[in-house]
Amino acid sequence: MPQTILTVSYLLASMLFILSLGGLSTQETARRGNLYGAVGILIAVIVTSLSPVVKDFSLLMPAVLIGTIIGAMLAARVAMTSMPELVAVLHSFVGLSAVLVGIGNFLQAPHGVVGAVGGAVGAASTGAVSDVHASAFSAMTVIHDVEIFIGVFIGAVTLTGSIMAFGKLRGSISGNPLMLPGRHWLNLGMVAAALWLGFLFVESAATGVDPFAEMFAFEVAPGLVPLLVMTAIACVIGVHMVMAIGGADMPVVVSMLNSYSGWAAAAAGFMLANDLLIVTGALVGSSGAILSYIMCRAMNRSFISVILGGFGTGGGKPAASAAAKGPVGEVISVEAAEVAEMLESSKSVIFVPGYGMAVAQAQHPIREITDILRKKGVNVRFAIHPVAGRLPGHMNVLLAEANVPYDIVFEMDEINDDFPDTDVVIVVGANDVVNPAAQTDESSPIFGMPVLEVWKAKTCVVLKRGMASGYAGVDNPLFYNSNTRMLFGDAKKSIDSVLRALSNP
Amino acid sequence: MHETVGAPAGDKPGEKPGEKTINPPANLRLGIPREVFPGERRVAITPGNVEKFKKLGFEVAVQSEAGLAAGFDDAEYVKAGALIVPEAKALLSSADVVLKVRAPSPGEIAMLKAGAFLVSFVMPAQNPELLKQLAGAKVSTLALDAIPRTTRAQKMDVLSSMANLAGYRAVVEAAAAFSRPFTGQITAAGKMPPAKIMIIGAGVAGLAAIGAGRALGAIVRAFDTRPEVKDQITSMGAEFLELNFHEDGTGEGGYAKVMSPEFIKAEMELFANQAKEVDIIITTALIPGIKAPVLITAAMVESMRRGSVIVDMAAEQGGNCELTRPGQVAVVHGVSIIGFTDLASRMASQASQLLGNNMYNLIESMCGKPKDEVKAFHIDLEDDIVRPALVTHGSDVTWPPPKKPVPAGVDKPAPKATVAAATSAPHAAKSKSGHGAKSGPAKGSKVAVFWLIASGILWWLGTVAPAEFLNHLTVFILACFIGWQVVWNVSPALHTPLMSVTNAISGIIVVGAMLQISGPVEHISTWLSAVAVLVATINISGGFLVTQRMLKMFRR
Repeated sequence: MPQTILTVSYLLASMLFILSLGGLSTQETARRGNLYGAVGILIAVIVTSLSPVVKDFSLLMPAVLIGTIIGAMLAARVAMTSMPELVAVLHSFVGLSAVLVGIGNFLQAPHGVVGAVGGAVGAASTGAVSDVHASAFSAMTVIHDVEIFIGVFIGAVTLTGSIMAFGKLRGSISGNPLMLPGRHWLNLGMVAAALWLGFLFVESAATGVDPFAEMFAFEVAPGLVPLLVMTAIACVIGVHMVMAIGGADMPVVVSMLNSYSGWAAAAAGFMLANDLLIVTGALVGSSGAILSYIMCRAMNRSFISVILGGFGTGGGKPAASAAAKGPVGEVISVEAAEVAEMLESSKSVIFVPGYGMAVAQAQHPIREITDILRKKGVNVRFAIHPVAGRLPGHMNVLLAEANVPYDIVFEMDEINDDFPDTDVVIVVGANDVVNPAAQTDESSPIFGMPVLEVWKAKTCVVLKRGMASGYAGVDNPLFYNSNTRMLFGDAKKSIDSVLRALSNP
Repeated sequence: MHETVGAPAGDKPGEKPGEKTINPPANLRLGIPREVFPGERRVAITPGNVEKFKKLGFEVAVQSEAGLAAGFDDAEYVKAGALIVPEAKALLSSADVVLKVRAPSPGEIAMLKAGAFLVSFVMPAQNPELLKQLAGAKVSTLALDAIPRTTRAQKMDVLSSMANLAGYRAVVEAAAAFSRPFTGQITAAGKMPPAKIMIIGAGVAGLAAIGAGRALGAIVRAFDTRPEVKDQITSMGAEFLELNFHEDGTGEGGYAKVMSPEFIKAEMELFANQAKEVDIIITTALIPGIKAPVLITAAMVESMRRGSVIVDMAAEQGGNCELTRPGQVAVVHGVSIIGFTDLASRMASQASQLLGNNMYNLIESMCGKPKDEVKAFHIDLEDDIVRPALVTHGSDVTWPPPKKPVPAGVDKPAPKATVAAATSAPHAAKSKSGHGAKSGPAKGSKVAVFWLIASGILWWLGTVAPAEFLNHLTVFILACFIGWQVVWNVSPALHTPLMSVTNAISGIIVVGAMLQISGPVEHISTWLSAVAVLVATINISGGFLVTQRMLKMFRR
């Protein structure tokens, strides 16, 4: 297949990818968008495999087949509540691929080829390699090496960062931020070391003189040692960075890793002089960047402050300042039967789900309550805060899984003005995103964060396990409001008993 | 029994010679007299409130049979812990705080002890004489009807709680006087047309009347000079009568203001046209401090069908209808003009309960903040609810209150609608400024610096980088911009599918791995590529399939 056909096919794939992202702008076109993306990648893979570069299918075919089957199994089996974990682990795969492609590319050409020949013959000296290189040395090769280096670096950070995020989302690693002493300096030191290694790598790859290579008894491609050491350091950076970020900041972390996986692909594209990879990587990278930005804005925090981590860790400190202010009033608790009564006699109801709903798996009984109420003519809606859950849009997916129609699920900006006209608001496992202190208390750590104004409703029922504060460690004055009722207990059990009371009056 | 008290209520200045230092609530007696105004059935507090007042540390004395007309007998008050005092004289002369519904009569004022604190309806603007008498008797008076209609004062807003009941009652009175049912029906015996109601003024009373009228099945139209209440009117199910004339009638405190003559002319034309058509007119138009405007002329009444009803809720302030006789039902040309001034009092039990709660909330707010150790009852002249409503203080008339510059947006006196607007406005401003906080010259220079640096870097790249790299860079930068544009349009509800789709797409790195997989089998890079192909394909198939699964769940 001629190169020109390859190029136009790649162009077609790029267009399909852009349309794919565009299709996701509304629910109606979203499925088509997904199809566009799949077709785009199919075209890219088929055309690439037909290109003259790919001559050997003995490894390719099994790899593709096994990969597809594993992927399909993962996709079919994953529970919707585990979506964040799946997305995180898939990010780590992109990171791993980027690392492997980068190192493989380095080993292959041009020094790679030389190294391979040397290895095969077993006699080539570093001097001979150096001669070959001196002639090949140009700005292009330097840029090429830098591209490899950047691609591998980003790939490695994505790889380990995603694995950490996976562990945290799954709960196998504690969600609490890990705060090493002097962690900012540690990060800075590691980045500086990586930069220095990068310099060594480019230099030794260009000159063929690798100071590290002489430490080994066997033949090593010049520059490989700095590259691998840097990869190890980047892996540590990825681990350390995500470990320092708390569980509830995961939406930002996951979208950031999404962005990184894109940039890693783009770097690979530069390395391989492949425009398709560049375009796709840039699309994915900017998409992840936007999502991170949206998440940060929804928390009224800067991207840097989230990434540097450690929010709400001084568990004692914010709690102490809240205690100093003292509770604002009395907490009024209710029984499930009373909540059912309230719901029955109301005209409009808004549910505000949070991560607690996902944890308790309460979305299904909530949908049943929704059905009962809607049959009675009650206007039931859902209000979703941008950072509710552990993944951007996490709540929407869970509600969709429970068959809640998407046209009664609203974003914060769409629904915030409707709270004053609402009879009952049910807050299920959300805390900081409904905290009025974000608007009123300038000393509050979450002051300025946009929140759902649930306290403006006639009655606000909060489902909660106990009086513990939310992720930000801030006391929530909402609980003490005169129009707030607390329904204590596990969210699933509480919702179930409300449902029972509703269905057997 | 009342253990916490005993600290001085420092700011109760001089009106109580000799005992201004210590004023524990335990020693304060709350007096609830029987209303003497003819036809008044309400009572200031109910037995339910007595216990709460006692918790605040008050001794509660109720005049015998004070609550009888509202359905609360003496026994109930006694059971709640109140003291029954048979004579008004004994009660009023011993009470430190007197809670009443109607403004006191001259006889009652004479019985009050000097230095007492009185809470009741006063209508200070209409009753300057009364204020003088109260000041003469050295009684500090808080006018319930002068409590500012701020957010904080909502729970003590007697005007709203009474107007709400009165609006409902107005419809009930109209229905009783009207000779047809309100709801329309087609029966075997013929058609019953639905009644048409016009409501003038959509304040609390007007809105309550809309609700009641609609509930009875009538067609309701409403008019108000304040354009912002249109939404409230339509949300209650009434039709908003538009005037082809634009003037904003929003005045202070959520009331309407006096309109221009041109506006009034247009308005009167509208009413004249409507009068010929509708069966019921309910007027609630009040402008604070002056006589109610006459909106329904004798000629309009004449133009109405026989059997029609007018309920004039402004009767006490002179009436919105020319022919209203306050307190009575006048029948002119077959049209009943109901001028009852005691609409709320006609539902005395409920009215008293609301009133009692309002009273309690007021007195409680005057007993210091919940956190204060000293819960002493005192008159705080700095308090933004107490001061505007305090019409006499000691021997001074303190009406009208000094105008305080109202901080824009915060606690702007307004009814429900404007409160919502006022609170959302600064909010909107804030969320905007949250972005543009660094706006102005600082932002401008930042932008300039950014472009300077960006063009510097590009220039440097142009000088050192090879053409091939620049081609790729062009593609890269443009793709970033496209991604930026496209992704902003993605609905937030689809952010999770977006992530899994972009994740699947980033599996395109498989192409990079494929390009390197065809090396010699013994070479490590071939194997690295094979592994890369494997994981990237997992990513691709897993990503797309799970997205498909997710998107299938989204249903309308």
